[in-house]
Amino acid sequence: MTTATLSRWNRFRESFLWYSFKRDKVAIASSIVLLLMVLAAVFAPLFAPTDPYDLAQIDIMNSELPPVGMPGADSAFPLGTDAQGRDMLSTILYGTRVSLLIGFGAVVLQAALGILFGLLAGYLGGRVDSILMRIADVQLSFSTLMVAIIVGAVFKASFGNLMFGEIAIYMLIFIIGVAEWPQIARTVRASVLAEKKKEYVDAAKVMGFRTNRIMFRHILPNTLSPIFVIATVQIANAIISEAALSFLGLGMPETQPSLGSLIKSGFDYIQSGSWWITLIPGLVLVVLVLVINLLGDWLRDVMNPRLYKG
Amino acid sequence: MTSPLVDIRGLEKRFDLSGSFLEQITFKGGRFQRKQEAVHAINGVDLQVQKGEALCVVGESGCGKSTVARTVMGLLSPSAGEVHYGGQRIDNLKGGDVLPYRRKMQMIFQNPYASLNPRMTIQQTLEEPIHFHRPELARSEVREKVQEVMQSVGIDPDWGSRFGHEFSGGQRQRIAIARALAVDPEFIVADEPISALDVSIQAQVLNLLMEAQETRNLTYLFITHDLAVVEHFGTRVAVMYLGRVCELAETKTLFSEPRHPYTQALLSAIPRLEDDRPNYIRLQGEVPTPVNLPSGCVFHGRCPYANERCRQEIPRLIVTDGGSQVACHAVEEGRL
Repeated sequence: MTTATLSRWNRFRESFLWYSFKRDKVAIASSIVLLLMVLAAVFAPLFAPTDPYDLAQIDIMNSELPPVGMPGADSAFPLGTDAQGRDMLSTILYGTRVSLLIGFGAVVLQAALGILFGLLAGYLGGRVDSILMRIADVQLSFSTLMVAIIVGAVFKASFGNLMFGEIAIYMLIFIIGVAEWPQIARTVRASVLAEKKKEYVDAAKVMGFRTNRIMFRHILPNTLSPIFVIATVQIANAIISEAALSFLGLGMPETQPSLGSLIKSGFDYIQSGSWWITLIPGLVLVVLVLVINLLGDWLRDVMNPRLYKG
Repeated sequence: MTSPLVDIRGLEKRFDLSGSFLEQITFKGGRFQRKQEAVHAINGVDLQVQKGEALCVVGESGCGKSTVARTVMGLLSPSAGEVHYGGQRIDNLKGGDVLPYRRKMQMIFQNPYASLNPRMTIQQTLEEPIHFHRPELARSEVREKVQEVMQSVGIDPDWGSRFGHEFSGGQRQRIAIARALAVDPEFIVADEPISALDVSIQAQVLNLLMEAQETRNLTYLFITHDLAVVEHFGTRVAVMYLGRVCELAETKTLFSEPRHPYTQALLSAIPRLEDDRPNYIRLQGEVPTPVNLPSGCVFHGRCPYANERCRQEIPRLIVTDGGSQVACHAVEEGRL
């Protein structure tokens, strides 16, 4: 470890962020749960008993087995199996991975677009600001889900089911990312408007730095805390949006299920007694979204400039 | 006299108040009217800053001192008039053409709590301008330069890895001065650099500025409202009122024999310990709004010597026998 990263780590250890984290039981519990879920999802191939993407490992005779502890259960499938005979535990692990990937990917795309447009609108002002913010207003006046459904349906119709299945994950990242950028752009713009009046920006102008340098090197780092808070909450929102789209049949295909498409596939069997196919992935989804939102709440409280200026 | 280092000619700056075209339209008395309003922050300022001097600009709040400073530095573009530096007009330069002047002209700001980027360490803050303006320097040379400049303002170079908020106001202002000095400028605009500081720190920072002037052969345009500072620091003083210069003189001359009625009132308002002086001059009324400027001399509404000519005609700066320049009809006519 070099001295630079060491001092950065030390600085973090001494920061208010770390101090308040250590004293917030909800934040600690949420982050532990989230960390476990992320680790389990990322290393799903190591933990999962079977590979749900591999058709050779699936036996249709094993379909709709209940979780362990219920009559007729098979100890090889601790959480039971779904209608195709896939092990629920493995499918949920892989599904969480897909959901998290879409959540993070969509937020990265949102943040990239939102930061760029927010900085431009806030710093340049005038006509650029008006045009970008009116576009954002127009986009916010449509429901994200509605836009996503239309775009998803059009793509599904034009590419066909098979092709759509292959690119579905990128499509979902793209749709959710593009649909939600105004949230971040507005926040960034508001912070930039406050920051650009400060004298350190004038000092940078007097130095002769170019607009790009001032925007990205001087103003952007000072607007990061609200972006951080919003991005956290947006990950949860993106995961929910993905689940909703999948539930409507416009998301991930059955062959590489996300949590949403798992819930949907189990929904057909919920009346015939196989409740676990829907309920267990549903619980996982709720816990995942809940802990992310709790962390987001904690971050918002800590980084609220009225409570702490730093 | 040699040609001035900085030459400000007929500088004007208006800030538009009325907004977009649609917002300007009002309905009054059965008719649509287009109404345009602007704050006249500076109204024709001529100033020459000679090489090596410290020209102080004084005046009360809202008289346009800071606007002059920001316009000279190019942070604001003038509505009319020109700014020349070393014989070259600089207020209309675009893009890269202005860069050589950015190195020669630097600015120190009023609020040391806002003028340092909170996310950058002191080392980064000081290194960035050197890297930017002298890309040919190696990393070690830049670091040396930063150390040298930090030492010269009395900041321990070992503190480079700290952030701005870990310092006191006076230390921050020293760092801001170091940042301005880092690119080896010739000319520094200081916009009330000590007014946000503790009184005990003000003298230190002021002495630091004077020391830097001596060792680095600097020229200052020093904006302040503190007359004691002017007496201590300034080579010449320009007194501003409502966006115009009303008197410009050597510091000693101005303090010993102020000519303009406004300057006289201003100087008489300095609190003194002895009580044997006559009471200060009470001016009638208030400073008029810079949105609707009075006609003629801007000071006529409050001036005890104002006559009809003062209400009609704008006075120009004239050289008096004392060597000072005064914009006053009464002084010109010998009434005062």
